[in-house]
Amino acid sequence: MDYFKAFIVGGLICVIGQILIDKTKLTSGRILVAFVCVGCILGGIGLYKPLVDFAGAGATVPITGFGYNLAKGVMSEVDNAGFLGIFTGGLKSAAGGISAAVVFSFLAALIFEPKGK
Amino acid sequence: MIITATEKEKKDYGELVKSVTPNSHIFKDCIKAFVSGGIICIAGQFITDICKNNGLSETDAGLVCSIILILASVILTGAGIYNKLGKFCGAGTIVPITGFANSVSSPAVEFKKEGLVFGIGAKMFAVAGPVIVYGTLSSFIVGLIYYF
Repeated sequence: MDYFKAFIVGGLICVIGQILIDKTKLTSGRILVAFVCVGCILGGIGLYKPLVDFAGAGATVPITGFGYNLAKGVMSEVDNAGFLGIFTGGLKSAAGGISAAVVFSFLAALIFEPKGK
Repeated sequence: MIITATEKEKKDYGELVKSVTPNSHIFKDCIKAFVSGGIICIAGQFITDICKNNGLSETDAGLVCSIILILASVILTGAGIYNKLGKFCGAGTIVPITGFANSVSSPAVEFKKEGLVFGIGAKMFAVAGPVIVYGTLSSFIVGLIYYF
């Protein structure tokens, strides 16, 4: 059942992205930016958490989940560290994903050759 | 031996051409995005479950899941497979975290000829840069509001 919920919710979030791409000609980069911001704001006002509880990876794997993570991180850091947490919390929670993407991509750039478009 | 196309083959070819011509079939695009994005999320759920069963906390399991999906996406990107999938799946391969990883690794591989610093180092953040900038900004705002 968890897998079914993850499939449906994750799929639907992607469909929203697809509709935006087809209807508004937004490029994929803009979609990613918009989704991160939306995820972060929804996380901040407490609307994204119920979706994560319901759909698990269906809500955390899409890039909106990355935004939600930023919001979650900054709020728990404000609880722990006070005012400075506003500056450190967001990126701290995103550090794992960003570092992984950077390190793996760097290695990939060393190993693989560009494919003609 | 001369190979000639039968009527059926010609018809099939015509249909193939029609099916691959970008015609903004929104409904079809959405189905593709739904299925492919959903499958990536199932993979994520599967990895998260395995991590949790091995005693990782919810947060750590999510992190391991992200890292594994990112690794998979980067390898597929390097091998030239992810971008091909992306042409078919559309937003289904852009919106998940694997799409973010693809947006980092794809230019890194493509611009490696321009050097380690201004090729790989700079181009890596062509799309990821804005994502991080606006992500950080929104998290700052959320934190500020939450603090007061």
